[in-house]
Amino acid sequence: MNLTIDTEQEHDRTVLFLSGELDIYTAPNLKEKLVPLVEQKDAMVEIDMDEVNYMDSTGIGVFIHALKTAKQSGSKMKLTNLQEKTMRLFEITGLDEVLDINSSIRGGN
Amino acid sequence: METFDFIEMKFPAKAEYVGVSRLSVSGVASRMGFSYEDIEDLKIALSEAVSNVVEHAYSEDEDGDITIGFGVYENRIEIMVADHGGSFNLQEIKNDIGPYKPSEPLDSLREGGFGLFLINALMDKVEINNNYGVIVLMTKYLNESEVGFDDQFSTTQ
Repeated sequence: MNLTIDTEQEHDRTVLFLSGELDIYTAPNLKEKLVPLVEQKDAMVEIDMDEVNYMDSTGIGVFIHALKTAKQSGSKMKLTNLQEKTMRLFEITGLDEVLDINSSIRGGN
Repeated sequence: METFDFIEMKFPAKAEYVGVSRLSVSGVASRMGFSYEDIEDLKIALSEAVSNVVEHAYSEDEDGDITIGFGVYENRIEIMVADHGGSFNLQEIKNDIGPYKPSEPLDSLREGGFGLFLINALMDKVEINNNYGVIVLMTKYLNESEVGFDDQFSTTQ
């Protein structure tokens, strides 16, 4: 019931690999890592959600906050490899319209 | 009278225990025969309700407890979430829920407020009592599609 965040620098973009559960307990850690990245001017940040096997509205809140920050600093943020159940939450809330989400989703486990 | 089993659990209103509440509902719902998808829905709905208590019901320097209860019926699960702390402003929260509408400017996009919306979207029935602390009572039926099917066709007979 934890969330691990691994960071990789690939040329001009930063990729965050998330693994575990994204909830009220772990969301502050993600916010702490993600927000400084998108605060940088013209940064490219990709969040790999492949190993996120639980997410709720607290996780959604972090992504909304990061998206707003990115718009201000001219950065780009993208979510990739979402499990189907995670993608579903973005669809139910209508946030798939504003967030850049890679559409090739996978089944989940 | 309809019989049911009742399971109750009390734990500190702290973020680190929200995952424990998810494990408990997952276990009970799995025993009842809920599908994988429905169990995911139940975990999110319960987490949202419990997170709400953790965030709003108690002030920073005040320790409180959350009580959750599962009513196990033949055709449904009823989940109760109760705090004994001060209540949050329910009307304010209700005004602030709903899906994102593309017409809303990004700047006004709220970072919270999707919790109660998700509970409503994922459960079959949600009732909230805000008189003494907060009690959320939410219900999910087993084999929801079959219930809907019966409802739909009973009127035509």
